[in-house]
Amino acid sequence: MSIKNMTKEKNWSGQTMVSADHLLFEAPREKHFMTGSEVLKEAMKRCTVDASVSYPITPQSEAAHLIGELWAEGYVGTYFRGENEFGVMSSVAGCAMAGARTVTTTSGPGTLRAMENFPMWSGTRIPCQLVLMARGINSPLTIQPDNLEVSFLLETGCMIWYAENVQELFDMSIAAFIVAEMPDVHVPIITAVDGFFVSHTRESVMLPADDIALFPYNPYKAPLPPIDSEMPPGRFLRDPFVMKSNYISYATHASWQWEVRSAADRSRPYAKHFLKGLVHVTGDLDAEIVFVACGTASHQAKEANRELTKMGIKSKVVKLRTIRPFPHAELLEETKSAKYIFVPEFNIVGWLDKEVTQTLYGKSEAKIIGRPRVAGGMSMPVEAILKEVLENVKKGA
Amino acid sequence: MAVDKKRYNMRISGLGGQGVVTSAHILGSAMDNAGKFASLVPFFGSEKRMAPVEAYVRASSEPIYEVGEVVYPDIIMIYHPQVITHGKSYTMPFYTGLKKNSLIIINTDVDILDPDDTKVLNTLGAKVVQFNATELAIKIAGTELATNMAMMGMVLGITKLVSKENIEKAVRERFLGNSFVASGGTAALDSAIEKKFKKKEELLQKNMAVINETFILADSIDLNTDKLIIKLNA
Repeated sequence: MSIKNMTKEKNWSGQTMVSADHLLFEAPREKHFMTGSEVLKEAMKRCTVDASVSYPITPQSEAAHLIGELWAEGYVGTYFRGENEFGVMSSVAGCAMAGARTVTTTSGPGTLRAMENFPMWSGTRIPCQLVLMARGINSPLTIQPDNLEVSFLLETGCMIWYAENVQELFDMSIAAFIVAEMPDVHVPIITAVDGFFVSHTRESVMLPADDIALFPYNPYKAPLPPIDSEMPPGRFLRDPFVMKSNYISYATHASWQWEVRSAADRSRPYAKHFLKGLVHVTGDLDAEIVFVACGTASHQAKEANRELTKMGIKSKVVKLRTIRPFPHAELLEETKSAKYIFVPEFNIVGWLDKEVTQTLYGKSEAKIIGRPRVAGGMSMPVEAILKEVLENVKKGA
Repeated sequence: MAVDKKRYNMRISGLGGQGVVTSAHILGSAMDNAGKFASLVPFFGSEKRMAPVEAYVRASSEPIYEVGEVVYPDIIMIYHPQVITHGKSYTMPFYTGLKKNSLIIINTDVDILDPDDTKVLNTLGAKVVQFNATELAIKIAGTELATNMAMMGMVLGITKLVSKENIEKAVRERFLGNSFVASGGTAALDSAIEKKFKKKEELLQKNMAVINETFILADSIDLNTDKLIIKLNA
């Protein structure tokens, strides 16, 4: 098995190569019952992945292990274990700069250990994918789901998408490569899910056959050429601008920061197409009670919406699929009718609440309530959401 | 205890190595095979034997959005008496959040509920089914490793959520289907179980025999009794 075995129609493992539209929207699907970790294996199996680097940390260990099985089965070009998460993310950068479609996975403390690499990734404009299975990062040590770590990634310049469930993880992790690799985008992408709640939760999913896969990544379409020490990004790693300390080097830094963020912004139309919208709305469209959430919290909010409907109270759920770039316009549009906006979250700081408040500042008269909020891996029972809603609405009436 | 609910939220508490997560997966698959909806979430700390493990199964006739721990269960299953006697559960006492008129199944033939517990459970209108699932597993399958099948069989026997065919298909998928990796430890345990039964087909039959036996036991239960605790002889 090697890249030499590729033909015009088949990739190196003999899968027929198809467009992303065909794989995501047109190919017939069959029902399976799977965990998030298992479904990620199935997604990567259909992505003609060149390279994957791994390091074990709960709750993503199983996903990393299963991608390793894909390598053993001949679907993934190369697979190896890093020395630690910092080494993993550095190796990912190396693979991606060399022109490989590269994926890795990590969780909580692993993310923080690797932190320096993420702004480096975006700065070098590599279109690699990190599948983040969020886990608590506090001491005392925890392995439980808590997505505080996502707040640390918000300003790394990487795109961040958030999948709600096992099905969305499958579709999103395939679309992630395609959007990240668009020549006018070409920045890294972090596909986040809540650890355990998605990685270890087993539910039914619809999957296309596994004899089809994406066309490989074409590094020659990249805005920056594959690694070459005389050309960027190789050149600016080997011979950093900072060493010059002249006007050009300062101007480069300033403009490049804007360019990286603009590149991520240019992903919007592609994400809109492949994710079928940057936000997804359920419930009564003109409701005064609006939940804004991502990931598992939107799951819980949908259940709350169903219970409120039974009580004769209208509400709707605005699920954010993309966090970076943030769907400002969509959020404004979908909260026009809102009197109360609830932002349920699985972290102590309420990073999504801050994003929502910032977006709506001066543009909405709704009361924004950053609750309920649970931390350290606690569950958010629907009953807690209902209590929050009923208390606030009663107060307001 | 109403057994014709649209939606059951189950909280399963046991100890590492007992197959709490495995049986929850089978339960969920069986619901899926029956064309219904299920989701399940395992919950554990360090992966070692005898450490507390919980699994949460939501089974419903309509789509399920909620995930995470079941904080307000309709059904609680206790796979090992130590969950109660040693407090090896993620909520204390083990019945925290139990909804009214709900069901508890405990693997024990000794009364382990203290008077405080029984007072609360009586107020809630709960029914507690006690039977020695481990002894039943040893008697029918020749190993205590089938304890989880006995517990799962009992809850399905009482609730009639799925047919025996649905269960058999799910057990077959779990043990005879593609190798499933829950973790390194679980994979090793699976191969140990397989060696014990020599053949996978034998494993399937023994597991089904245990489940069949619990279905018979479940049929003998009268949930309309005034008594809190219903004791069954395994």
